[in-house]
Amino acid sequence: MFKKILIANRGEIAVRVLRACHEMGIAAVVVYSDVDRAALHVRKADEAYPIGAPSASESYLNIHKILDVAERSGADAIHPGYGFLSENAKFAQACADAGVKFIGPTAAAMQAMGSKTRARQAMEKAGVPFVPGTSRGVESFDEAEQVAARIGYPVMLKAAAGGGGKGMRLVHAPEQLKSALEAAHSEAERSFGDGEVYIEKAIVNPRHIEMQILADERGNTVYLGERECSLQRRHQKVLEEAPSPIVDPDMRRRMGEVAVRVAQAANYTNAGTVEFLVDQQKKFYFLEMNTRLQVEHPVTELITGLDLVHLQIRIAAGEKLPFKQDDVRLRGHAIECRIYAEDPDNNYFPSPGKITLLLAPSGPGIRRDSGMYEGWNVPIEYDPLLAKLIGYGTDREQAIARLTRALSEYFVGGIKTNISLFRRILRDTDLRAARLDTGFLDRMLKRPEDKLVDSRAAEVAAIAAGLFAALGSTEQGARNGAGSGSRVADNAGSNWKSSSRREALH
Amino acid sequence: MLYDVSIDGKNYRLELNHADGRWSCRLDGRDFEVDAILARPDVLSLRIGNLAYEVKSERVANDLHLWVGSTRFAVEVRDPRSLRSRTRTGDDHGPRKVVAPMPGKVVRLMVREGVEVEAGAGVAVVEAMKMQNEIRSPKRGTVQKLLVSEGAAVNAGDVLAIVE
Repeated sequence: MFKKILIANRGEIAVRVLRACHEMGIAAVVVYSDVDRAALHVRKADEAYPIGAPSASESYLNIHKILDVAERSGADAIHPGYGFLSENAKFAQACADAGVKFIGPTAAAMQAMGSKTRARQAMEKAGVPFVPGTSRGVESFDEAEQVAARIGYPVMLKAAAGGGGKGMRLVHAPEQLKSALEAAHSEAERSFGDGEVYIEKAIVNPRHIEMQILADERGNTVYLGERECSLQRRHQKVLEEAPSPIVDPDMRRRMGEVAVRVAQAANYTNAGTVEFLVDQQKKFYFLEMNTRLQVEHPVTELITGLDLVHLQIRIAAGEKLPFKQDDVRLRGHAIECRIYAEDPDNNYFPSPGKITLLLAPSGPGIRRDSGMYEGWNVPIEYDPLLAKLIGYGTDREQAIARLTRALSEYFVGGIKTNISLFRRILRDTDLRAARLDTGFLDRMLKRPEDKLVDSRAAEVAAIAAGLFAALGSTEQGARNGAGSGSRVADNAGSNWKSSSRREALH
Repeated sequence: MLYDVSIDGKNYRLELNHADGRWSCRLDGRDFEVDAILARPDVLSLRIGNLAYEVKSERVANDLHLWVGSTRFAVEVRDPRSLRSRTRTGDDHGPRKVVAPMPGKVVRLMVREGVEVEAGAGVAVVEAMKMQNEIRSPKRGTVQKLLVSEGAAVNAGDVLAIVE
């Protein structure tokens, strides 16, 4: 087993991996940019190395600097987390060349999956179901026109090197094709340095369901059940759950077996995710494979009872998978909310800044993977994901109830977060009835919000405003009240009285 | 102690007195029995009669918000005897500030001083967390002053421009 692992990431995922290292008795080395000295992953690490300027290309994306830290610290493996270098085949190869184990698939497996068109050619041979379309980029407008006519409108144009919705265009009719093709091509060129665009039949109101797989380096591959990730905004996942409300054991087995075939076709090792689009008849189509640990991996962990990061590390250390497909059992239901530093009342503007107050939920069935703390300044340079709040229950209804309860306990002051958005999502009737598709969130957000107006709450606020002011400032009041909060409620009033009496004596 | 309190724009007259270790509270002429402790900085545990509330205080730059449960209220507290705090707010006449809603970098100015802008017209583009955000004019008028230049780093609440 490894003695020391370098975590080439930041934020909640760096903390998540660091915890797994400590649970396994492995020392955790972290890296940080100039604005991340005070970040939580640095506070919790065994060793921490500065790697330069805030810009990711100067720090978290800089292969040379990260391998230099691996060498100086004597780390025997690198966990890349998600994002940054996690799906960079050059980095995986550079690790191999430097003699440090990359915790993830090989560079060759990543390359096979990294290009959507190349992956598709390999998969077609393995009998994987695809959305009808081209398996190669279209060469010309004429070709695009012929393909679109053959598979039928609406069609989707996609960048071969794409991700995150960039270079994607939905085309409803032939007369829109030319301008959409040009736009997708130039956006792909700008975003990825690769203008290759392919065409697929557009699936109307699809669900996005993905299958978690694990493969060891001795030829064993298993699937760990699916995640329903249909709730998206601007093609970014917002809320995920496992299992999917529409997947029954037979469909799970069929999807799982396809996912395993996809992985095996690329000689895939370690943790990976095979994404599918599912149409209204529950037919599923291969979309792409993510060659990393996913943000939403905790929902799978909760319903399988497995720790995916532990398993990633054990697989990378050469161990055999400690269980077989038949040993995998799903139990209960889990739902994850991605807590972002953004303002849902103001067009989801990013909201970095200082966290002045943080009250975190806990209690039955609640897991919180967080990278923030009170007093920390959320930097402006990186992705706005602050934390993930996951609710677990014996069934979907209980998971929703627990998550709703936990969201009401969660308070992040000083910056804006999307916590209120999740309260709204979780009380939505379609969500509760599990009527989900990738257009769900856009439709919900277009409807006016039925705000629960409470005139009594406004009066309570008015009284509280006076009380806060009467205490001088909130800081002044904090000193007066310090210590009284730990007393039981029955004594609270008199305790307050005595502290104010003390003050009156001075 | 007497306060004029504004909650989401609605005004209340609040009288608070602390005697014999008890708060007495009169809100717009109605009496409430109140018991309050600060559980920790910015968190007030409040009993009004026997109803219990947790109220959180959030101050960012000059804006104060109170949260009662999960409901957020914009709050202004004025001591009516204090002249200093008698400020006019929500006034559409006169100059209005164009304010950065979050810290970031000014990547582009979309207007010059002296030009006419409509309400909602873009004034500047501020980049934060890899997102470019258009900051818009709060009213129709003339750009009287630009207070930042392209490339400048700004904090939440910084004034970018004045529109009159």
